[in-house]
Amino acid sequence: MSNERLFGRTLRGLAAAAALAATALPATAGGTLDAIKERGVIKVGVGTTPGFFSPDSEGKWQGFFIDYGRALSIAVFNEDGKVEFTNSSPQQRLPALQAGEFDILLSGVTVTINRAFNLGFHFGPTVFYDGQGILARKELGVTSAAELDGAVIGVQSGTTGELNIADFFRKSGHEFTPVTIEDTSEFIAALESGRVDAITQDSSDLVGKLQQLKTPDDYVLLPERLSKEPLAPAIKAGDDQWLEIVNWTVYATIQAEEWGITSANVDEFLKSEDPAIQRFLGVDPSLAEAIGFRPDWAYKIIRTVGNYGEIYERHLTPLGWKRGYNDIWTNGGLLYSPPFR
Amino acid sequence: MSVIFMNYRSRDLVAPLWRSLAGGPLNTVLTLASVLMLALILPPLIHWAITDAVFSGTQEECRAASGACWAFLRAKARFILFAFYPGEHLWRPILVIVTLLGLMLASALPRLWGPALILAWPVTLALVWALMAGGTWTGGILARVSLNDWGGLPVTLLVWSTCMAFAFPAAVLLALARASDMGGLRLIAVTYIEVMRAIPMVAILYFAMLILPLALPQGVILDKLIRSTIMVALFWTAYLAEVVRGGLQTVGPGQAEAAQSLGLGYWRIMQLVVLPQALRQVIPGLVNLGIGFLLATSLLAVIGAFDLLNTARASTTDTQWLGFYDEAYAFAALIYFLLCYGGSRYSRWLETRLRRR
Repeated sequence: MSNERLFGRTLRGLAAAAALAATALPATAGGTLDAIKERGVIKVGVGTTPGFFSPDSEGKWQGFFIDYGRALSIAVFNEDGKVEFTNSSPQQRLPALQAGEFDILLSGVTVTINRAFNLGFHFGPTVFYDGQGILARKELGVTSAAELDGAVIGVQSGTTGELNIADFFRKSGHEFTPVTIEDTSEFIAALESGRVDAITQDSSDLVGKLQQLKTPDDYVLLPERLSKEPLAPAIKAGDDQWLEIVNWTVYATIQAEEWGITSANVDEFLKSEDPAIQRFLGVDPSLAEAIGFRPDWAYKIIRTVGNYGEIYERHLTPLGWKRGYNDIWTNGGLLYSPPFR
Repeated sequence: MSVIFMNYRSRDLVAPLWRSLAGGPLNTVLTLASVLMLALILPPLIHWAITDAVFSGTQEECRAASGACWAFLRAKARFILFAFYPGEHLWRPILVIVTLLGLMLASALPRLWGPALILAWPVTLALVWALMAGGTWTGGILARVSLNDWGGLPVTLLVWSTCMAFAFPAAVLLALARASDMGGLRLIAVTYIEVMRAIPMVAILYFAMLILPLALPQGVILDKLIRSTIMVALFWTAYLAEVVRGGLQTVGPGQAEAAQSLGLGYWRIMQLVVLPQALRQVIPGLVNLGIGFLLATSLLAVIGAFDLLNTARASTTDTQWLGFYDEAYAFAALIYFLLCYGGSRYSRWLETRLRRR
């Protein structure tokens, strides 16, 4: 997510230096899976955003990305819960991954070309298509960001969001007054007190904000996305085996939704006559044997955490998220799994 | 009898009180202004905190009410205080909190000051770290709890007390080095102190987070909590050393010379003559710094460690209880206040007590 403050930029310089120093060390090609198996637990870096990753009252992590950590645990260990989730701030998560503190970041890292080439990270499939949005007061009477003129908009200081909104208004030729706010938790107070007409942030954050407003019906999340923020699992570059395990764990949840296989009906699908589904669920073990997986790995993932849609509906739908781009391609979304064969 | 007593007491109390509230125009104006402020602040605060508050119930009931949601704290106190520590082992962090507070309390009493107390610190700290960690540290009797699951108040207290336990003796040595007449040693001490004091604590934490792992041998991974504890201890040492040096300067050179003429060696002179006088002078300063350091532990949040303030923040991101910032921060503030207010009252008590001597 794009909450990288200016302060974070100097740190990114530091991080780049750290990454450079780390790559100068002998490359550890592969080996992540072996290290995980020896340790007995997958180390996962996460953030704290409602719906995506947050601790519940019992001190257990819950959320959309958390369930992907659990899915990985099933893929690697054939059982749930062998994951150690560690909170990592946006400034330090990439250097920590580089330093080998995590096996994978499921913390909503935006895929960028710079991170792939210069910082030495590999990304799994995009699991969530996010983008900067604008949450506006309904009484302004606007239905799209292009109609905003002369609005007072709250932006988080030092973020890419601050630059994006300036670019957007420069392009549209309209006027706006930015009010920079350091801490996004003050956004709600600023909106409710009428200090600003609208706020702008990654829409994943805005949906959470909408829930916290006293009168959510008085506000509208405008349809435009000012930036592309594809969020994906990130791993250290140079371990293809581990990357493929991550890739196909995510694809399994997407493919299951495409076929309509859910945690509730997966047992019925075991009786399916469709050879593709038989291969997928391990009824026909030839595919799993060929790639060195246990035959029932996908079955267990679906059985335990459910398909993509179930994960989404469990954590994000209650916060008011529509599926939008984050729907199966057959429903007009961007989620598409390569074939399991 | 009681009426007479009351009269006597009240006249004794009221007259000076009246003088300080309304004696002279400035005092009167200040009193009126304060009363006005209270009149403006108190009614909404009482409405929020008590009359309109929800003391038990669900998120929905809280949202419907205009007051504070204390039901949120009922659900979240466990997480704010102990973070991810497994529920069946909660007695361990509770015992750690009690032990550490007990240790601090014992250290606060001048009549307990002595070699036993100095020994008690490292022993107690080793025990509480082992109690928190379990596993091989306790000979396998207690289940291992990963550092990753630690958090909340025990972490705040553990980091604070461990850093203080290391930093204080180290600071005394550093101050002695800086005050010594050996040029090389003095230069090292001065350099260390000045460099450390020129770096902000946040930068020290980022160093612990990002750079320190690269300095470790390949494959050795120290948890970030341990890395930051080490760095913070080194950082505080510099600050404490300067306070101790201030104390050393109040002890005249005649003291050491007199001790020398009795045939005492350097360490005996310091131990018996100079340090007891020097440290007594700077106790209020040390306590003051200690309180500041306790608050500074909340900076651990910037590296993602779950100290008390960070667990309070994270508790507001649960989708079951979304965004009750006021209640979460009020709770954390109350705990910090109790600890720090206790510390500052103690400091004042100690000052008057030591002055009496």
